[in-house]
Amino acid sequence: MTDTPSDPLKTTPLHARHLAHGARMVPFGGWDMPVEYSGITDEHMAVRTRVGLFDVSHMGQLELAGPDALAAVQHVSSNDASRLKVGQIHYSALMSPEGTFVDDLLVYRMADEHFLLVVNAGNIPADFDYIRSQVAGFADVDLVDSSARYALVALQGPAAARVLQPLTGADLSGLKYYWFTHGEVAGIRGMISRTGYTGEDGFEIFVPPADADRLWLALLEAGAGEGIVPAGLGARDTLRLEAGMRLHGNDIDRGTTPVEADLSWIVGWHKDAFLGREVVLRQREEGTARRLVGFEMVDRGIARHGYPVLVDAAPVGIVTSGTQTPYLKKAIGMAYVPTGAAEPGQTISIDVRGRPLRATVVPLPFYKRSRS
Amino acid sequence: MYPSDRKYTNDHEWVRFEGETGVVGITDYAQQQLGDVVYVELPDVGKTVTKGEVFGTIESVKAVSELFAPVGGEVVEVNTALTQSPEQVNGDPHGAWMIKLRPSSAADAEGLLSAEQYSDLVK
Repeated sequence: MTDTPSDPLKTTPLHARHLAHGARMVPFGGWDMPVEYSGITDEHMAVRTRVGLFDVSHMGQLELAGPDALAAVQHVSSNDASRLKVGQIHYSALMSPEGTFVDDLLVYRMADEHFLLVVNAGNIPADFDYIRSQVAGFADVDLVDSSARYALVALQGPAAARVLQPLTGADLSGLKYYWFTHGEVAGIRGMISRTGYTGEDGFEIFVPPADADRLWLALLEAGAGEGIVPAGLGARDTLRLEAGMRLHGNDIDRGTTPVEADLSWIVGWHKDAFLGREVVLRQREEGTARRLVGFEMVDRGIARHGYPVLVDAAPVGIVTSGTQTPYLKKAIGMAYVPTGAAEPGQTISIDVRGRPLRATVVPLPFYKRSRS
Repeated sequence: MYPSDRKYTNDHEWVRFEGETGVVGITDYAQQQLGDVVYVELPDVGKTVTKGEVFGTIESVKAVSELFAPVGGEVVEVNTALTQSPEQVNGDPHGAWMIKLRPSSAADAEGLLSAEQYSDLVK
């Protein structure tokens, strides 16, 4: 986060709507964002069992276009963008030369020579500057920060398709997970992406900022019969944690690699070259000293970000995310632990404010939706 | 809104005196600020706390907060039901008591806020 306290918080096009809903607002990544409306538990359960609506307009959009766009994306991003068809999306790492995360992102292939990267709100200027410097050697590619051109709302939950389909001519049954299409929603021209950060089925809808409030109200109205609720960053965080999704700045950062984060699947291993390739290749071959794991508390207590992980009473790692989750009703978390303690079933201890409490390593994700 | 049968602290606890005991909980304002309460950790009966000392911990989905004793004394009863259903703190903050204390000094009650003063504090 590069914001200083004196910077005024940025607001999304839905800011006034959040205030009208009575949301509790918090600063997040330089933005004044809703953390909860009716309560984190209520919103979390709505998304798991019905449908919820999130404003994620704070997320950034960076676009690369031109004959060298693919080569530029391949250079800075870990995943293999050559495998993306137009209309397809994948999750990836923005790589440092040291093989670590500058950010995590979604890569959208808009056209053969046009990619859109969705990046974390607090990292937009830094990511832009970093990519610009790293792709300077590519002759024919333009990089544009188009964040201000998009409002982004996420409609998430098992009822999401039933709510959205009547509002759009796009055939949602033909839109697969991690694909997108262009179309109108409630008469607003936009882009519909079958993605999300909750572990549920759902859509992220990109529209011009001026139309965001109209879209928001149309979705709330269309979802009323399904019990839709607006949902804030609090539920977004507990939902993504249950789904085992990493949060940049907590679980992954400039000090961790995709291999350590157990995200080897986002590395295009057969790519010839990309930033940090030698580091992650060596880690894949030789292994790493530590690995990100999921854990469940055995003793009563809640692990939180920053709490030490203990093995034989010695600090050996750190909790990166932890909470009591509303749906599973368990205290869960993610932590970096020595590879020798990283197998599911192994017992570790978490130092919860001076008390060592037992936890068990479990496979990620904690929650996986049943796909119909 | 804030019952006048009890006193309040700047840390958002309340204490209601019933004869020889002080019944302690947290205020409606505190539970609103915390959000959904998922964990309450309370002391054992017999523990002695001083005024302002941490006597327990309360956690919501998002945050951890400490509970401060509004007056000093010996813990004579603990509301163990709260450890099983911590959500009672959100549903009925002024009814969901946490501990009962036998106050060690009448002087501890000095400086506690009236309902009216507390209402002004959180306005």
